[in-house]
Amino acid sequence: MKSAPIYLDHNATAPMLAAARDAVIDAMARTGNPSSVHATGRAARHLVESAREQVARSVGAAAPEIVFTGSGTEANNFALRGVDGPVLISAVEHDSVAAARPDAIAIPVDGDGIVDLRALEALVAQHRPALVSVMLANNETGAIQPIDEVARIARRARALIHCDAVQAFGKIAVDVAALDVDLLSVSAHKIGGPQGVGALIARGNVALEPLLRGGGQEKRRRAGTENVAGIAGFGVAAAAVNDHLKMAEATRALRDGLEARIVAAMPGARIFAAGTRRLPNTTCVGMPGIGAETQLMAFDLAGIAVSAGAACSSGKVTASRVLRAMGASEEEARCAIRVSFGRGNSVSDVERFVAAWMALAMRRGSNGGATIRAA
Amino acid sequence: MVSTVLRNSQPIYLDYQATTPLDPRVLEAMMPYFTSKFGNPHSRSHSYGWESEEGVEKARAQVASLIGADEKEIIFTSGATESNNLAIKGVAEFYQGKRDHIVTAVTEHKCVLDTCRHLEQKGFKVTYLPVQQNGLIDLEQLRAAVTDKTSIVSIMAANNEIGVVQPLKEIGAICREKGAFFHTDAAQAVGKIEIDVNAMNIDLLSISGHKIYGPKGIGALFVRRRPRVRLVAQINGGGQERGMRSGTLAPALCVGLGEACAIAEKEMASEAVRLRGLRDRFLTAIRERLPEVYLNGDLENRIPGNLNISFAYVEGESLMMGIKRLAVSSGSACTSASLEPSYVLRALGVEEEMAHTSLRIGFGRFTTEEEVDTAVEEIVRHVTKLRDMSPLWEMAQSGVDLKSINWAAH
Repeated sequence: MKSAPIYLDHNATAPMLAAARDAVIDAMARTGNPSSVHATGRAARHLVESAREQVARSVGAAAPEIVFTGSGTEANNFALRGVDGPVLISAVEHDSVAAARPDAIAIPVDGDGIVDLRALEALVAQHRPALVSVMLANNETGAIQPIDEVARIARRARALIHCDAVQAFGKIAVDVAALDVDLLSVSAHKIGGPQGVGALIARGNVALEPLLRGGGQEKRRRAGTENVAGIAGFGVAAAAVNDHLKMAEATRALRDGLEARIVAAMPGARIFAAGTRRLPNTTCVGMPGIGAETQLMAFDLAGIAVSAGAACSSGKVTASRVLRAMGASEEEARCAIRVSFGRGNSVSDVERFVAAWMALAMRRGSNGGATIRAA
Repeated sequence: MVSTVLRNSQPIYLDYQATTPLDPRVLEAMMPYFTSKFGNPHSRSHSYGWESEEGVEKARAQVASLIGADEKEIIFTSGATESNNLAIKGVAEFYQGKRDHIVTAVTEHKCVLDTCRHLEQKGFKVTYLPVQQNGLIDLEQLRAAVTDKTSIVSIMAANNEIGVVQPLKEIGAICREKGAFFHTDAAQAVGKIEIDVNAMNIDLLSISGHKIYGPKGIGALFVRRRPRVRLVAQINGGGQERGMRSGTLAPALCVGLGEACAIAEKEMASEAVRLRGLRDRFLTAIRERLPEVYLNGDLENRIPGNLNISFAYVEGESLMMGIKRLAVSSGSACTSASLEPSYVLRALGVEEEMAHTSLRIGFGRFTTEEEVDTAVEEIVRHVTKLRDMSPLWEMAQSGVDLKSINWAAH
């Protein structure tokens, strides 16, 4: 008997919320270009502006500060490439930050992937950056950065602060004022909204060089006809983030349960970033001696969807850049997978994951004689 | 259910160049990707990712097929604006230093012109070709403008305001001969007229989803592989879309664009006949009932669903206010909120007053004869009413040549 597949890859993308889906489909069935002045166009404009309010409220920003984009990646590129001058980024940033500015200077991180604030101070003094970009939570490990402290240091040097909150949004509270950042990136599909929409929150209307030029939409900050339906769905999903946050403790219990059982069964197993505050839904776990590729295949056969790090272009599993920056050896980094929980997961999903994990670990034996205890 | 919703929209929608309604068949194709097939198409480790990817790749083939391209030559973007930005900036930046010259035309869409202006500020040279009175570029002027320093020639396939179709094949031949890449913004042309990127020697071509009854938020860029066009990516990250455009693709939107292309490929020929019929019905009736109306742009070389007409002696804003039942525009949607006269019409040599009185009327897949007739009635009624109140109209009718009058300065 084949049981229903289990989705434990919510950091790659989350299923759409029913309400967001309804909003998308409803908006799809309406015509209208928001830039048209006739009634049909104005109705489309209204959908976009209501969603702007919803997204703004969900992160404690003002509506005019929201610039809708085509993705979180675009929002990150917009922020990073929109400024002139040197840029500092953490060593564990998402590719969409790192690749947007190949000339960026990396801020080192500790063994849990947290930026080294002392090092940041020195780098700020040395390079006089125009922008410091540090993610709120890491997509692979879930490690949460001390953004307020990063901001304090950056502010003293009059640098702008950008925070990639794509992975954190919807999983922990995100408030631009509390974080004290100038720029913040979010994405709809990570919070139960549709794929194909993101936003850059530009506080106090920080002036940025636009990435896309043309029709003057988004107050000349991002050209192109607005993805009205996608934006409407994003708004609805953003309005529901507080409901997500209420589930955080339940999600954390699932995640912690999974980690506890794996570590108890195999003391050699490593939970990355375990020593720091993390997103409640994410675990990055290494099974010594067994490559991530092998693990992923085994989990897929068991009907469990997990991943090795970020879901990007390459099908190849290479050692995670993030884990390497945290000081993991090539071998350790090669053996890690990411499990990310979300809406709809239950204790039985944890049971099945642990069972599959144990079966694999036992079948392959353990690394250097580490013991496997019955779970 | 969807079609009822579409048809219930109260105003008569005649603004198909601004955006088109989503075809219900397109929405149907997209639906599974809003529900069960929700995976990230770039997830390679599980079936959720694979089935999303499968949808994306099928869509890519559908888009390619419509323009005679190979599916490997299709890059998904967030829309034609992004495609145009990527094509022009991407190619210009890649060949910077070797070829620093760009050729475009004055009637291009704003996103092409703004991109070119930005590149000028960065030190590139840009030639803006004028257009003839019918809106078409002069091929000899193009030939003279393209040099061995030209990296890219960007000439739109069909104009968004006046619908005129440029001689793509001839432009392609000139570009190929001169060794410059030919990019065409085909947002208004794809799915409306036959386009074959090989027969026309097109090297890059921009497509929009929402102009062809697909969703908003999705577009594509055709990037030729042989001879290979190289460009600098404008959005970097995970390296999706062969490294030319990073970011998680939206499978539902890709599938929607693909389906829209497949429908267009099947129905384009018969739809063109029908739309030309509606357009002619409209134009004939207007011309029969109203004197002093002027068609802007060539009628022959034009996409079937577009008209752009100036109604002399009528104030454009008042006319727009009067015909509220009709969703039409006085220019492109992007600039329609501004009161500036259309730069496209000005480029044709249309005088400012006449440019101010112009309407863009777009017919499309869901336009009925009845709607066309109603629109004619509305426009005739309001134009007549406004002219009746106009002293200029009265003077013109009594034979005064308005151009001979020396207006007193205020």
